[in-house]
Amino acid sequence: MKNEMVQAHGLVYEYKKYDEEGREADVTRAVDQVTLQVQKGDFVAILGHNGSGKSTLAKHMNAILTPTGGTMWVDGKDTREEAHLWEIRQSAGMVFQNPDNQIIGTIVEEDVGFGPENMGVPTKEIWERVEESLKAVNMLKYRHHSPNKLSGGQKQRVAIAGVVAMHPKCIVLDEPTAMLDPNGRKEVIRAVRALNQVEEITVILITHYMEEVIYADKVVVMDRGKVVMEGTPREIFSRVDKLKAYRLDVPQATLLAYELKKAGVDLPDGILTREELVEALCQLN
Amino acid sequence: MSIKLDHVNYVYGQGTAYEIHALKDICLELRKGEFVGLIGHTGSGKSTLVQHLNGLVKATEGHIYFHGEDIYGAGYDMRRLRSKVGLVFQYPEHQLFEVDVLSDVCFGPKNQGLSREEAEKKAKEALTMVGLGEEFYYQSPFELSGGQKRRAAIAGVLAMEPEILVLDEPTAGLDPKGRDEILDQISLLHQEKKITIVLVSHSMEDVAKYAERIVVMNQGEVLFDDTPREVFCHYKELEQVGLAAPQVTYIMHALRERGFSVDEDATTIEEARDTILDALRSKEHN
Repeated sequence: MKNEMVQAHGLVYEYKKYDEEGREADVTRAVDQVTLQVQKGDFVAILGHNGSGKSTLAKHMNAILTPTGGTMWVDGKDTREEAHLWEIRQSAGMVFQNPDNQIIGTIVEEDVGFGPENMGVPTKEIWERVEESLKAVNMLKYRHHSPNKLSGGQKQRVAIAGVVAMHPKCIVLDEPTAMLDPNGRKEVIRAVRALNQVEEITVILITHYMEEVIYADKVVVMDRGKVVMEGTPREIFSRVDKLKAYRLDVPQATLLAYELKKAGVDLPDGILTREELVEALCQLN
Repeated sequence: MSIKLDHVNYVYGQGTAYEIHALKDICLELRKGEFVGLIGHTGSGKSTLVQHLNGLVKATEGHIYFHGEDIYGAGYDMRRLRSKVGLVFQYPEHQLFEVDVLSDVCFGPKNQGLSREEAEKKAKEALTMVGLGEEFYYQSPFELSGGQKRRAAIAGVLAMEPEILVLDEPTAGLDPKGRDEILDQISLLHQEKKITIVLVSHSMEDVAKYAERIVVMNQGEVLFDDTPREVFCHYKELEQVGLAAPQVTYIMHALRERGFSVDEDATTIEEARDTILDALRSKEHN
């Protein structure tokens, strides 16, 4: 298991509902027998409709939740063993949807320093970490600003820097761009890709924006708590009909290529980007 | 039958060190039955603008006329205005609070002074409009899925029978299918009930697909106000203000550069498909 950052085997998680007398009234199986490996250094995207179990699965990756059944290993450690909890939370950081819920500091650099300070990192090193993390998300020039004056995309990058400062091996991002405008989305995705490619941090990205998935090494599609598709973006997005049946979508360029093919234009499978589509259409001439 | 903003200015924290001029001399008329997309980057003034439409925020300067009547005039009935201009905030499901879906949707019409029976009738109609059937009436709103909650919350506003429905990012956080369902339903309401729709959105694809008119806000001012095709022609200016054009527009421009005689102003997948097919066919004939 040396090269696996996250490994789930037969993972099951059940939300239990209790009635007024405290009896178990209802059980919802949110994650159902998921077996999944994420290699160190990979960029993995998880897609799935609302309620498909993506977020529940993600919360297992830093032991916010522990499995009802099966096993989850993070960096080789079983998340059910409480002795590992601290190490697991340090090796896998999480970023959530709403940046306002994740920022606590009154100055950007203080907010980013909060994590390492809590870990007992020496002061001098905290400042070094704050500086490199802000640099990694391209926010260094805002270090002395107040977070509440920043745009959504900037706030979200500060939240990411706060996780990066803890030197995690892996970052799990749960719909980090859902509340952002187009520019904010672009900034955040650029920062996330840089962390993956330059800092070699493993990235697990949950999103509803298909354009953000194109650069992933692997795409995992979830439906009703199960992993139903797994492959490269090209493999996944060439199954337009199947994705639609799972309440998902494909990038716009892929959709346009699919519509053109349906109308009889001879285009190759698995077109993902605008450039690829334009190139393929030019080849026809 | 319209709502008209006449030289509206709004300043947050006037006279303090934190003074922000959020709306600058806005003149805008929303006509009956229009489907208007309102776009702009975070902080451009969109939300401040929509909060003026039902009098939640009062303009620092300027006038707003609803059906020709000045809403800031003495004795103007703000309560009535608020039931005519329905505002659906971001994440409206956070405002659900009742024990079951039907009671939640009844809250608005009951506050308008309707009897329980009448309110329930309106609520049931509204729930039908958003595609929530009888099986949902007595469920707790908190047990619904994300998309269902959002629809229940929209029904709560529809039950008051607004003439204008303003939705602030109604699809944020929904999966693609949930997004399409909500927007299709809104579009249907627009067509069947002739309700005026103002859709605030960060998705250029969505406004291109649904809106007939797009208003672009930048730094408190109206930058563009035109049809989607005309607005997205200015994609370079839009990028400068933190926005973009739909993906399709970029593909069209790239194809044009490579010698395809496609319609550059296509903004939706269907338009793009048709113009590419036409271009390919005309090439074959030559």
